[in-house]
Amino acid sequence: MFGSLDLSTLQQLWWFIVTLVGSLFVFLTFVQGGQTLLSTLSLTEDEKILVVNSLGRKWELTFTTLVLFGGALFAAFPLFYATSFGGAYWVWILILFTFIIQAVSYEYRRKPDNFLGKGVYDAFLFINGSVGILLIGAAIGTFFTGSNFTLNDYNFVQWTHPLRGLEAAFSFFNLSLGLFLVFLARTLGALYLANNLEHESLVVKLKNSSFNNLLCALPFLLYVLITLVLMDGYAVNPVDGTVVTEANKYLHNLLQMPLNLILLLVGLVLVVLGVVLNRFTASVRGIWPAGLGTVLTCLAIFFLAGYNNTAFYPSKADLNSSLTIFNASSSHYTLTVMTYVALLVPVVLGYIIWVWKQMDSKKLTLEELNADKKSY
Amino acid sequence: MIEQIDLTMVNWARATFALTAMYHWIFVPLTLGLSFICAFFESIYVKTGDEQWKKLTRFWMTLFGINFAIGVATGIILEFEFGTNWSNYSWMVGDIFGAPLAIEGIAAFFLEATFFAVMFFGWNRVSKKTHLFATWMVAVGSNLSAVWILIANGWMQHPVGMTFNPDLARFEMTDFWALVSSPVAISHFVHVTSSAFLYASLFVVAISSWYLLKKRHLLFAKRSLTVACTFGLLSSLFVAYTGDEHAFHAAVVQPMKLAAMEALYDGEAPTGLVAMGLLNFSKKPGDDQDPFIFKVKIPMALSLLANREIYSFVPGINDLVFGNIEQNIMGVEEKMVRGKLAVAGLGDYKAAQNVGDQLAASKALTLFEKNSDYLGYGYLDSAEQAVPYVPLIFYSFRVMVSLGTFFILLFLVYLYLLRKDQLEKQPLLLKLGAISFFLGLVAQEAGWIVTEVGRQPWAIQDLLPVTIARSNLDSGTVAVTFFMFLILFTALLIAELKIMTKQISIGPEGD
Repeated sequence: MFGSLDLSTLQQLWWFIVTLVGSLFVFLTFVQGGQTLLSTLSLTEDEKILVVNSLGRKWELTFTTLVLFGGALFAAFPLFYATSFGGAYWVWILILFTFIIQAVSYEYRRKPDNFLGKGVYDAFLFINGSVGILLIGAAIGTFFTGSNFTLNDYNFVQWTHPLRGLEAAFSFFNLSLGLFLVFLARTLGALYLANNLEHESLVVKLKNSSFNNLLCALPFLLYVLITLVLMDGYAVNPVDGTVVTEANKYLHNLLQMPLNLILLLVGLVLVVLGVVLNRFTASVRGIWPAGLGTVLTCLAIFFLAGYNNTAFYPSKADLNSSLTIFNASSSHYTLTVMTYVALLVPVVLGYIIWVWKQMDSKKLTLEELNADKKSY
Repeated sequence: MIEQIDLTMVNWARATFALTAMYHWIFVPLTLGLSFICAFFESIYVKTGDEQWKKLTRFWMTLFGINFAIGVATGIILEFEFGTNWSNYSWMVGDIFGAPLAIEGIAAFFLEATFFAVMFFGWNRVSKKTHLFATWMVAVGSNLSAVWILIANGWMQHPVGMTFNPDLARFEMTDFWALVSSPVAISHFVHVTSSAFLYASLFVVAISSWYLLKKRHLLFAKRSLTVACTFGLLSSLFVAYTGDEHAFHAAVVQPMKLAAMEALYDGEAPTGLVAMGLLNFSKKPGDDQDPFIFKVKIPMALSLLANREIYSFVPGINDLVFGNIEQNIMGVEEKMVRGKLAVAGLGDYKAAQNVGDQLAASKALTLFEKNSDYLGYGYLDSAEQAVPYVPLIFYSFRVMVSLGTFFILLFLVYLYLLRKDQLEKQPLLLKLGAISFFLGLVAQEAGWIVTEVGRQPWAIQDLLPVTIARSNLDSGTVAVTFFMFLILFTALLIAELKIMTKQISIGPEGD
């Protein structure tokens, strides 16, 4: 069935699948956003327990989605995996570091005799939610601003910047994208928690917080979007695969892919709608439009980077070392096998939604947590 | 292809991988086995409705959760380390190796992650049966993830189902089923998972024995022991059986590993098995020293185990390094000559392609293809590089096998005494049981040392040595990361042990 698709169709399909996983990850960073709210929202001890336990039931989904994002990139675009992880070494190592310390923190923070003390585990959660997300944003920013590497005849990467990837964080564009993601995660975190918890004063705080964080996110988003349409981009010649810089490439992509423009606008409107709904009405269901909006917005941004003959991982050091979905992908055979495997994705989404509904049909209350000695 | 080889960097990268993998493997086999043990306990609870069984289930689940978190934390590093420290590897075999890793994520990790929340927090939120289903799904999910990662590892030990694409300078998958159904990968998987069940059973044995010694939670401890010892005995018998299969496959596809496991330098027909021995550490391939200072040998046993034929020839390290015409074995030196032709052919092909000389390109390609089976040997500097460090493998193998045999006896004696209700009266045995978990850990790590150190210098057997598989990083960078991980993992391990010990001392009644 899929074997008859031609290679370039499979490459485009896999850019969609991989970036869908990436976009779902960004939505699920409501966990990371929530983690930063813990220490910045002036919560009482009871409120903190509610927040931590609510997030603690979801953190693994976010974590696993990140792992799958990595695995899917490895399988579908191994040259990206090799070039970026082996090249932009420090940015990825630091991101991973913030996820190691997150993984133990929920389970260990309130357990007796936990060696490092609750404060340290809470700090771990904060670092993961702030530094971790900021660096992920900066790394994604390099999809547009480019990186410093060359590939030799054997496609082995040489990184040409001594900071080995950390230089990404010194670009105002990359930094803005990172900060936008941090505040977006906080917005989503507040929306998710407001919907998941039963606690009157806390929910009011969360509703306000989602609105305030969106306000903080907007300037960075505007800066990113305006720069994006004005900046030079990296265009691929579809005939011979050579890469050249093209003025306003991403603006051209938006105009040449009107559906993508619609995707971006609808996405942004849905995010704003979700937050406004939560802030100005009695509803607490803003997380759903905002979550969907986040996925659509991210997809639109990823599509801008990879589709319409664009190099998605450009090299500033050597234009023709730039990675495109065509030169970085797996073989036709492997992409076909993986496409069959991807048929499992709807099944996985299906049981995640089923479990989510089963577990979250009743809101989380302090009484329930106090009665359960195993709570975080 | 190799501008500068920085051996120190390779060794730091290997050390970092070994560190991460060894820490990871303290926790993961416990997750694999304990998830099933919890599912057994909960199934008994649902069937009998006895609240004591629920309490017991929840106690073991608490320990499971503490252990699970740190397993996840170390696991994410392993996945991304392929990219960060082994980027040439990731490119050269990503077309094949990436697939099982992605499938692991889609087919296994989400099962685990999704149902984990139900298992821990769903007791009052979902029905009894849904909860039991969730617990089983966590067990199935975690073990499915082991399937895929071990298929990937098995493929590195015995690469199948692929071809080399000279234009892209990478290996490409041609037969997914060959990967999945590779007997080496399957025997690897069954051996590793059954040993994980054994290890988790020892965990339950150790804690329950401690309770019996302290005369606490007696009913709880005995019930736990009955389930764990039964599971442990079945697993340990299976471990022995699959271990033999696994070594048999090694004899075929990784003869150097087998020779190192046995410290066998000169092959014979028939070959005996050294049951116990004291190695001569100064022994080198090709010299005339005796490899052993002292040994106890079982005649013909190695021929039988390796080839299933009593009088058959088993090649030794010298046969493999220097060749053995009589037995029709090509030596490493000869393979290096051919490998260097393959490397040169590939280089010439690339150069000819760059200048558009089709004739030269096709000539170079023919040279490459004729010798491509030996590609990896072309990157070695000396034949001795193809020999892994023998003493470590020899002793690790013996530690693993003797402990494995001891565990079978331990489970048997425990089950017998449980049946007779005499176990509490055996304080010495209970003390042995209480430390058995740590012996299990030693056996687990020793097994991985045999598997991974035993296949050095290969990242991909015969095709890609670690010196080429590495990333282009300087050794200082990787060394810094090594110490970052060492400090962090050690701190988290201490935290885990302290929390775990505290929960054990609180006991199941603390619920």
